[in-house]
Order: sequence, then C-alpha cells, then structure tokens
Amino acid sequence: MNNFSIKDVLKKNVMAIALLVIYVFFTIMTGGNMFTSSNVASLIDQNAYVFILGTGMLMCMLTGGNIDLSVGSFVCFMGAIVGIFSVENKIIHSAASVPAVLLIAIAVGLAYGALLGFLIAYMRIPPWIATLAGYLAFRGLGTQILITASETSAISNFPDGFLKIFSGKIFESGYDTMNIPCIVLGVLGAGAVIVLNLMGRAKKIKKGYSADPLWFVILKSVLIAAIIMVIAVQLSWDGGLPVVVLWIIAILVIYGIITEKTTIGRHFTTVGGNAETARLSGINNKLVMFCAYLNMALLTVLASLIVTARFGSANAFAGQNFELDAIAACIVGGVSAYGGSGTVVGMVIGAALIGVINQGMSLMSIDQDTIKIVKGLVLLAAVVFEIVSKKGNKKQ
Amino acid sequence: MAKVLLEMKSITKTFPGVKALDNVNLQVEEGEIHALVGENGAGKSTLMNVLSGIYPYGTYEGDIVYDGEVCEFHKIKDSEKKGIVIIHQELALIPYMTIGENMFLGNEQGSKWCIDWNKTYAEADKYLAMVGLTDSSKTLIKDIGTGKQQLVEIAKALAKNARLLILDEPTSSLNETDSRALLDLMKKLQKEQGMTMIIISHKLNEVSYVADKITVVRDGSTIETMDAKTEEISEARIIKGMVGREITDRFPKRHDVPIGDVMMQVKHWTVFHPEFAERKVVDDVSINVRSGEVVGIYGLMGAGRTELAMSIFGRSYGIGISGTLELKGKNVVLRSPKQAIEAGIAYVTEDRKGNGLVLSNSIKTNTTLANLKAISNATFIDKDKEYLVAEEYREKLKTKTPSVEQLVGNLSGGNQQKVLLAKWMFANPDVLILDEPTRGIDVGAKYEIYCIINDLAKAGKSVIMISSELPEVIGMSDRIYIMNQARIVGEMKASDATQENIMACIVKSGSEA
Amino acid sequence: MSGSSVKNFLRKYMMLIAMVVVVIVFYLITGGKSLLPQNINNVISQNAYVFVLGTGMLLCILTGGNIDLSVGSVVCLAGGVGAILMEKHVPWPVAVIAMLVMGLLVGIWHGFWIAFVKVPPFIATLVGMLAFRGLANVIMQGYAYQVEDKAFLNIFGGGDSCYIPDFLAKVGPASSLNKTCMVFAILVALGYAVFTFINRSRLIKKGYKVDSMVAVIIKTVLIVAVVIWLGYKLANYKGIPTVLIWIALILGVFAYITSKTTLGRNLYAVGGNEKATRLSGINTKWVMFSAYTLMGVLAGFAGILNIARLMGSQPTYGLGYEMDAIAACFIGGASAYGGTGTIGGVIIGAALCGIINQGMVIANTPPNYQTVVKGLVLLVAVLFDVIMQMRRKGAQKTKEGAEKGGAKA
Repeated sequence: MNNFSIKDVLKKNVMAIALLVIYVFFTIMTGGNMFTSSNVASLIDQNAYVFILGTGMLMCMLTGGNIDLSVGSFVCFMGAIVGIFSVENKIIHSAASVPAVLLIAIAVGLAYGALLGFLIAYMRIPPWIATLAGYLAFRGLGTQILITASETSAISNFPDGFLKIFSGKIFESGYDTMNIPCIVLGVLGAGAVIVLNLMGRAKKIKKGYSADPLWFVILKSVLIAAIIMVIAVQLSWDGGLPVVVLWIIAILVIYGIITEKTTIGRHFTTVGGNAETARLSGINNKLVMFCAYLNMALLTVLASLIVTARFGSANAFAGQNFELDAIAACIVGGVSAYGGSGTVVGMVIGAALIGVINQGMSLMSIDQDTIKIVKGLVLLAAVVFEIVSKKGNKKQ
Repeated sequence: MAKVLLEMKSITKTFPGVKALDNVNLQVEEGEIHALVGENGAGKSTLMNVLSGIYPYGTYEGDIVYDGEVCEFHKIKDSEKKGIVIIHQELALIPYMTIGENMFLGNEQGSKWCIDWNKTYAEADKYLAMVGLTDSSKTLIKDIGTGKQQLVEIAKALAKNARLLILDEPTSSLNETDSRALLDLMKKLQKEQGMTMIIISHKLNEVSYVADKITVVRDGSTIETMDAKTEEISEARIIKGMVGREITDRFPKRHDVPIGDVMMQVKHWTVFHPEFAERKVVDDVSINVRSGEVVGIYGLMGAGRTELAMSIFGRSYGIGISGTLELKGKNVVLRSPKQAIEAGIAYVTEDRKGNGLVLSNSIKTNTTLANLKAISNATFIDKDKEYLVAEEYREKLKTKTPSVEQLVGNLSGGNQQKVLLAKWMFANPDVLILDEPTRGIDVGAKYEIYCIINDLAKAGKSVIMISSELPEVIGMSDRIYIMNQARIVGEMKASDATQENIMACIVKSGSEA
Repeated sequence: MSGSSVKNFLRKYMMLIAMVVVVIVFYLITGGKSLLPQNINNVISQNAYVFVLGTGMLLCILTGGNIDLSVGSVVCLAGGVGAILMEKHVPWPVAVIAMLVMGLLVGIWHGFWIAFVKVPPFIATLVGMLAFRGLANVIMQGYAYQVEDKAFLNIFGGGDSCYIPDFLAKVGPASSLNKTCMVFAILVALGYAVFTFINRSRLIKKGYKVDSMVAVIIKTVLIVAVVIWLGYKLANYKGIPTVLIWIALILGVFAYITSKTTLGRNLYAVGGNEKATRLSGINTKWVMFSAYTLMGVLAGFAGILNIARLMGSQPTYGLGYEMDAIAACFIGGASAYGGTGTIGGVIIGAALCGIINQGMVIANTPPNYQTVVKGLVLLVAVLFDVIMQMRRKGAQKTKEGAEKGGAKA
C-alpha cells in the first residue's frame, strides 16, 4: 500500500531490534555460551514470572501509571498458602488434592484483588500506598506461616501432580537426544504464525482494506517462524519444551488480544489517556481500576504457583523484588509511566531485554552488583527516551 | 487628562499555528478601571499574560510601556516588582494553607531564612480589613467560600504593593451578592487608593457598572475603546462592539427540511452545584427539541448552559438533579453517560482537550470511542472496520490529516473539533448537544462545522447548539432559547431574533434579579 | 459548640493519643518492661534513622505525594564509603564529609532527573534503589567493613560509650543517676516553659492574638513533664545518647526550614497547588530539586548514624529503610497527595513505629507479625486521612447550605 515505509517499521520496532543486537552482542562476548541449549532454556525459566507479572502490571499502568508494589510479597504469601494446603505440615495436617489447592489459591487471590481494587478504585487511596501496605503485610504473613508450618521455614516435597502443571518439561527426554515433541510443537507454532499472517492479509485484500506488501508479510512471518524454530530446536536439546512456556504463551496471547483487540483493552487505555473523556464516553472508570487490581492479584497467584513449582519449595525469600522486575519490564518496553499507552508485545520485549542483559552479564562473570547498576541505568534511559521522544512529537 | 500608566503598543503573539494577538494596542490611565471584553478565545487572557510576564519578553512582538518606561518582563516576579499584579481566573490559592500563608506566598515577610509569622499574620489582617474580610488570617483557605477566596486574592495583590491590578474574570465563580461586593470593593480601592485596575469579564452588566473605559477585543485584535465619560455605555452598546459584524454569508444555507416531532423534552430541570450544594446552577429549565431542528441556547459564560447539557447527559454534572426527561415521548431516567449514549443522546463538550478527546491516541481510536459496540463483536474489535469508519468520517468531515493513525494531539483546533464531532456522530445519537462547537477555531473551519450541523439536521437529528456567539446562534438555529443566571429567560424563532432583542431578554432578566 | 471543639481536638491530636494508648498497651502486655530505661534508650537509638530519613521523605512527600525509594540503598552506599575510608585510616571528619557529599551527589542526581527532565519520581528513585545498591556493593566488593574509630562511634551513637559523659558525676550526693542528663532535661524543660511565656507576653504587648492562658499552661506542663520523665529514664541508664542530640538537631533544623523559611513554604505550596505556585512567581523546578537534594544529604547522614550504630558496614545495610521512612510520614499525618504534613507528625509517626516495633519485640511477637502490623498501621493511617477528608467535605457542604438558608430566610 502507498503509506507503507520501511523507516516506520524500523521506528516501531526499535526495541525489538535493540533486543536482537544486545543478544547477538552477548552471544559474541560469551563466545557463544549465551546460545547453548541450557542457557536458552534457563533464560525462559528464570524470567517466566516477569512475563506474567509484567502483564498484570501493564494493565495497572495503562489505567494511569498506577503500580502494584505488593506483588513480590504476595507471591511469597501465596507460596506459603499453597504450601500448607498441598503438603503435610504443622498447621494443616492432611494435604488437600491439587484441584482443591488451586481453587483455594484462586479464591485467596480474588479476595485480595477485590480488597485492593476496592481501596484504590472506590476509596481513592493512592495505589502505591495501598500496595505498600500489602508489600509489608504479606511478606510478614507469608514468612510467619512458613516458620509456623515447618522447622526449616520452607515447605517442599510438593506433590508431583502439582509440580507437573507448573514446571518441568512436556514429554521430557534425555539431554543428549533431540526431543521430538518439542520440535513438532515448534513447527506447529511456526506454521501457525505464517498461515495466520498470510490469511490475515488475504482477508484484508478480499475485503478491500489496505494491507502491507506481500514480500513484507512473508519476510516478517519467516523471521518470526525462524526465531520460534531456533528456540524450539534449542529447547529440544535440553529435555523438551518447558511447561511454563505454555503458560506464558497462553497469558501473553490472551492479554495481547484483550489489550489490542477488545473493547475492554480500549477502556483501560482510555482511562489512562484521559479519565474525564473516558467517563463522558460512557466508561465506568472505577470499575476499570477495580478490574486492573483484581486481575493483577490473579496473575500474581499464577506467578506464585510457577515460582513455587520451579523451586519445588515455598520459602520466605520467594518473590523478592518481583515488583521491580515487572515494573522495569513495562517501562523498558515502552509502557507510559503516565498511563494510556503500552502493549503486551512491548512489555515482553522489555522483559526479555532485561533478562538477556542479566544472563549475558552473568555469563560474562560480571558481578551481580554491576548488573544492578546497568539494569537501573537501562530503566532510566528507557524513561528518558520516552519523555524526550514525546516532547519531540509535540514540537512537530 | 490623567497620566497614562500603561501602554501596550502593537503587541503580536503567535502560538504554533495560531495568531493569538495581532497588533494589539491598549492604553490604561492611572486610577481608572479599564474593562476588557470579548468572546472566548478573543485573546484577552493572552494579552494579560504577556503583560504580567507569564509569556516572557521575546516570545511576543511589540512594546510594553509602563509608568513611562519600556519594560521587558522575563518572569512574573519582574512585573510584580513594578506593581503589576494579576489575579487569575482559576484562583491561585493553596487550599491547605491559611489565608495569611497564601497572601504572602512568594512574598514572605521577614528574611528568606526566617519568616516572621507574627508579622505575616498581622500584615495579613491589615490587608484583609482593607478588603472588608473579617475572617482570621489563620483560617485555612479550604474553609472559606469562593467569594471570600476572591477577596483574599485581592488582599494578596494589595500586599504586593500593586499599582496596576488585573482581574481575570473575577466573578465567574461568584454568586450575585458576592459579585456585587467585589465590584464595590473595586470602586472603593479606586476611590481611596487611586488603584488602577484592568478587569476581564463576560458579565456585561458588571462591566458597565464598574468600568470607566471599555476596550473590545475580537479575534486577537483590539476593536475599539469606549469611554464612559464621553458616552453612555449600555450593555447593548458593548455587545454591538463585541459582535458587531455582518451575519450574511458566514453561515451556510440551511437545507429546506421539514421539522418533525418532538424528540427530546426536558421539564422543570433543576441542578445544584456539586461542591456548593446550596447553589442552583440550573433553575427550573424546560426546553424541547424536534427532529430535524437546530435549537440554539444562547447565554454568556456561567449562565448554566454547560451545566444544563451535562446534567441531561447522564447526570455527568451536578447533584440533586430534579425534573423530567422525555425522549420520543417516553419518560426516561439516565443515570450515567453510558445510559445516555444508549438512549441516543450525545454531548459534544466545549472542552475538547480536557474531556472530549484522548490527545495521546489516534484519530481512529478517538472516533470510535463512544460506540465501540458498532465495530466490535462480543468485545472483539474489528480493526479493519474501525479503520474504515475513521476514514469515512475523515472524508465526510474533511478532516485535514495525513492518516487516521495520526495522534489527535498533533492536530489543529479545528480538526480536533471535527474528530470530536465524528466521535459523537458515529455514536449515532438522535439528539446531539453541541457545547460551543466553534470555540477557538478559525473562520474556515467554523464554516465547515456549520455545514456539518446542517447536514445533521437534514438527516433528521435533533441538534442543540450552545453558544455565546450571538451571530452564530441567530445564523444557525431554527429556534433560540436564551439562558441567563441558571434560567431560561426567553425563547424565540430565529426569524424573529435579532441581536438587540436577544440582549433585551438578558438585560431584562438581569434587572429583575 | 463544645462537642465540635472536642472533635477538633481529637482530630488534631489523633496520632498523639494513639501513641499514648499504644505505650500504655505495651506497658501492660510486657508487664512494665517496655518502659525500662534501657528499652527507652533502645527505641531512640534503634530508630534514629527513621527520624532522619522520615524528615527527608517528608520534604519529598510535601511536594505532591512524591517519594524516594532509593534511601535504603543510599544509606548503604554512603555508609560503605565512610566505612572503607575509615578502615584506610582516613581521619573520621573527612570520612563524615565524604559520606555527606556522597548523599548530596545522589540527591543532585535524583533532583536533576525528577525536576528538570520530569522523570516520574518513583521511577527515578527506583533506578536509584537498584543502581546505588549495586554501586555500594561494587565499592565494598561484597565485604563487610569494621568501624573502630572510637571518637567517631562515640559521637555518632555507636558502641558502649556513645553517651554524653557525666560531667556532674562528682557534684552533690553520690547516686547511680546520670546527673548531667537529669540537669540537662530539667534545663530544657525550664527553658521551654520560660520561652513560651516570655514569647506569649511579648505577643500580647504587640497586640497579636494569642491562645488562652489555660491551654498554654496545660500544654507547657505536659511537655515539661514528658521531657523530665524522659530525662529521668535515660539518666537511670547511661545518660543522653549522642544520637539523640543529632536527631534533635536534624529535627530542629528541618522544623525550622519547613515552617520558617521561604523554601519550606514553597515545598508546601508546590504540593498544595503547583500551578498556583508557579503563578505566584515561584520556580517550582528548583523547589523539587531542593527537596530531593536535601533528601540525599539526609540519607547520607542516616548512613553515618547507621555505620556508627552497627559499628561497620555491610552490603545489606539499609534494606527496607525507605518503607520505614514513608510509613513514619503517613502515620504522622502527611497527605499522600502532598501539601500537608509536619516535622512534628514525622516525630510522632517514627516514634509510634519504633514503639510498636520495640513493644512487639519485648512481648515476643514473632518479627514477621511486626511487618504485618506495620503494613496495617500504615493502611489505617491513610484510610483515616481519606475518610476524614470525605467527611469534612460533606460537613462543609451542609454547613454552607445552612448558612445560605439562614441568609435567605
């Protein structure tokens, strides 16, 4: 179509390109170590929670730059709750079945989310104060539950049924053989991307809408498919496809659709863009705020289950600084600190960028503290970039 | 002949894309009360911002001669040092500070490193007495009413040794009694202290009551200055100056369409102010509008027009709303904007940036915002359809933009207004309430907006057009309601309406009150 | 009429009353242990940093509910720098100056981004929280450092003898009581009383309005009693901890700044209504900048107190300090939207937090419940503030309605 330009495409995907460049940079700097199967697998495993919490945080931030500081503590608390119900301990002497435990977890998450949403949306308590209280309270409660429940102040020996839902590999195989199911799933995924892209374009053309040129769609699809295949092959040499990948994909796809393609997502961005306009356009602002925090709590529950399953234990240190990781992923991913704009894809790239920097620098045996400094500076640079580019836009 | 205290010579100020002031000249003599009148967006406030250094020297062209010397004000403090003090329309007071603290904000008593609070409060009490306020200077601002807050503003200005006091719409949020008290205070200050004052106001009865000279500003230029000493200044005379231009040709010809049945009927509508519960902002108003009809509501700022419109639109403004609302002959109760939209009412706000559009979003998303249902299927938005809808309205309304993906914040005022109209037209309402649809946009865009309004009427929509521009109301409407001080004070057919008899309605109602 | 004045009184002194109640509750729960001289001494020295950081945080919060999340990391960073310098036998005054400069630099860094580039404060300081913690650890290379300089420890409240020496021990009858402490307390109390009354009569002479005599007497007597009681308790232990002097100094200086200087006024004004402040000719950017710069310096100072008390520095020091400081401000009545809050409030908030912590420790409450209680106290304090504001608005409406109705009739 006439208004297609390569420059715009590059401009829109500057973060994705940055991610690619940084990944290649670290791969070279680590002598290819970054690109081994086990490191690709652990990159995904270690950062699974960031994607999920980042999604929740994105929804909160869309409504006006609001954040939730309590997610890390709530992860710890939920780990403890799940622990005492699914493993025999000093508080509850007989373990509940896995479905029952999951129901309990969801119920607790709903309760906290509803309370938080009520305080913030209807009582108008500033979000960061309400969640700061949660930050303090849940860390204490979680730790206390764990201490009371077990002498080691950690609960482990989770039932296999539980672990299998949130961790491990699908059709796990040995480390020196290629895992066929993983490859098959990869091929299916890659194929789906190509087919969906092409079909989407065909539909557009049929209806007479404007569409990107064919070569571009093919190039884009092939590129994404290639990335999927590379990851799939890497994972197949590391025992198979991790279960968390399915969770991550499910959450990202669902929320990607919600934010991009539904009226609900539109409501969120509008409230953050201009609350008064939203109200006069028939949107219930309070309900939107309420939902943002209810949703955040539910996703935090999921993140907690994944983290607990990954370590196979619930401990008092779980979830420390998770809120910072989630916020950083959003900010680096171009989510506005004032609300109103931001995408799931952006957040994913932001999370991946931080994850890659983290892992790359660790593999280069740079110490954790320098990594912290670099992470902080990346975050600052991302915000300043956003502010400056907005100013530039206005001047035009 | 008194000494000329202030002279502003050929001031020109441009904002990106707009010439806000074009070669403005203003002369103020010492000891007089000089009024600036003009429509919204005429440039009065911009002129005063230039004078007080809010727009610093260098961002405008022309000279400011004050007290015989050419001045270059780079910041507010510069002009204050010379004794020019401006009191802004929105009160510049801090609610959780005391009267005394507020009065000396930026002008602290004692030294920089040691504020003498005893002196502060003693001084504050002195100036409060001067403006006739008996409250203690230790009262918090939030605990006194707006009338008293306005007096505090004046006391604050006096404390800065003001020689030239500029009051920007000082009575816009005051009730009658408070307004009158304020005007009398102005006269007293003039008489007792020889204070020079410039007042910007929309309330012409007040202007003619208090001012010695009146300068009319229109479209960024000063049109004329009237002198109360040499001629009788009536409200009608001021209005002639304000709007005195030909009404021919500026409005597109109406399509000749029959006017249908009554679409919406409002009866005995009364609304109270959300913060000052005792104040009626809409008082027993009954209006109706038929399909295919353009009804104008004329009134000055603060007459209660916006309040009326927003309270009808799903009670989005005001408390204690009473009265009945009928749509197509059926009684309805609309509790939220959502219900109002669903019932077929659209309210196109006067404040497009503040609560009409999301500036950081694209034209496309703004266009569909009020009617997402029409482009979605079980909450899933059909993006292609959305694009087509936005394109359709862009063409229909001739919005000038490279693409509908453009951010609304980057558009000119006229084009923003078109996007806003598109948004509400797409909501497919039966009744459109347009609140000042042509405020702050250039003449060409105005004409286009008028065409759109005519098309809407032709399509059988009911249009209520709220405006404070008389020619516009007369030129565009089939029927006109005249609103003043929260009440409807007159109704006439457009064919009978003239500027004179509409103003007569307002003057008459004003003198009754 | 008297009903409403009682209400007003309650509203004004709510947190003070809460504090008294809490003190009594813990006194009963712990069987009197909580008010033992040593425990009172500990409340002060353990919570010194909360007072100092709370003061800085108040400045930030005043400008519009903005916070500084980095203070914990800055405490660690400044402390680390000082500890390393002192281990290298740099004279302690130099180390102290270095720590303050460190804080100042951090403050300028934050102030620049927040005030001039307009980075949202919570993000800018979140970056600081990560980066300065990292920087501290890089500088300290993950090691712990000892601080052994006696003079430094004594002056800044660490070690066994960080108390004002008892100059007057040999005067008068022999007693285990620290006489300097007692005399000092009495002098302060007397000084306060005398100053109050002299000032009052001076005001009357000049014709200013003053509070009623009875109220002034009651207030003075209460304050004098508290000061002397505190002095007596401390005298029964080891005397005046040096850190108390520092706290008093910081609080005094900043109470003065917030209430008596233009800078202080401007902080309140920016938080109360930024636009109005700008229109009053005040450079709001500089106000923001100064708030964060001062916060930085105070965080540096808290770092000094921290390494003195713990007699060394470790990479984990200062974790969670920002939360304590923020909680102290809000419990002390600062508004989450800016514009209101006082140093007096911070004192009460910090003391209340400290007393609750200490009380729970003595009562053998598991430490985890202590954070839970802290979180709940914070929430209740803010809820209280929010509800009060809602009520006030409602009351104002009806009041004005009544006035108007009367005027019409």
